[in-house]
Amino acid sequence: MTTSMATKEELKARIEAGIPGARADVRGDDGHHFEAVVSAPAFAGLPRIAQHRLVYDVFGGELGGRIHALALQTKAE
Amino acid sequence: MSDETQNPLRDAIEDAIRSNPVILFMKGTPEQPMCGFSARTVAALQALEAPFAAVDILPDPRIRQELSALSSWPTIPQLFVNGELVGGCDIVMEMHETGELAQALGVEQPDEAPAAASAQAGSAPLSIENRLG
Repeated sequence: MTTSMATKEELKARIEAGIPGARADVRGDDGHHFEAVVSAPAFAGLPRIAQHRLVYDVFGGELGGRIHALALQTKAE
Repeated sequence: MSDETQNPLRDAIEDAIRSNPVILFMKGTPEQPMCGFSARTVAALQALEAPFAAVDILPDPRIRQELSALSSWPTIPQLFVNGELVGGCDIVMEMHETGELAQALGVEQPDEAPAAASAQAGSAPLSIENRLG
């Protein structure tokens, strides 16, 4: 069983697949700490905390585990 | 209908959130944060001279488990104001930059803050572990 390291490409693809219309710009090369700027129409009208929850929900229990940290900035568009 | 919880740790966390107007769940203590994200969040609160209670989640992994189950928020730190989750490090920093944090904390009128609350702040981090003992 392998627990492969997370990559920014993987995170970008999963965010964009998980949130309709989302565009994600993900940085981070150490496999554990990432920074993402995510914009999505789905964020419109939502408080920041709800916008972040939508992104967190893409990764479920992996955040804080396999993905140690995901610094997040969200924008409605 | 909500089931009676038979989970004393979750009860203790809920009680701590209810009874502290501003409470930060973090890794380490305000004096000695054990994670950069917790450190930055503490620094923002301290920059505003906002009184806050702090809980170190590191002593027992169940604290984090129960907290995240309660809040539906996966990461640490978590800041609660008046019983509501405000957010983690990113949101707190963003709100700090825009001035929303001071507003949420009501620190623009420091004269109105009760002296007792200020005296408790920071110096005696709440320990959920001890409350269970």
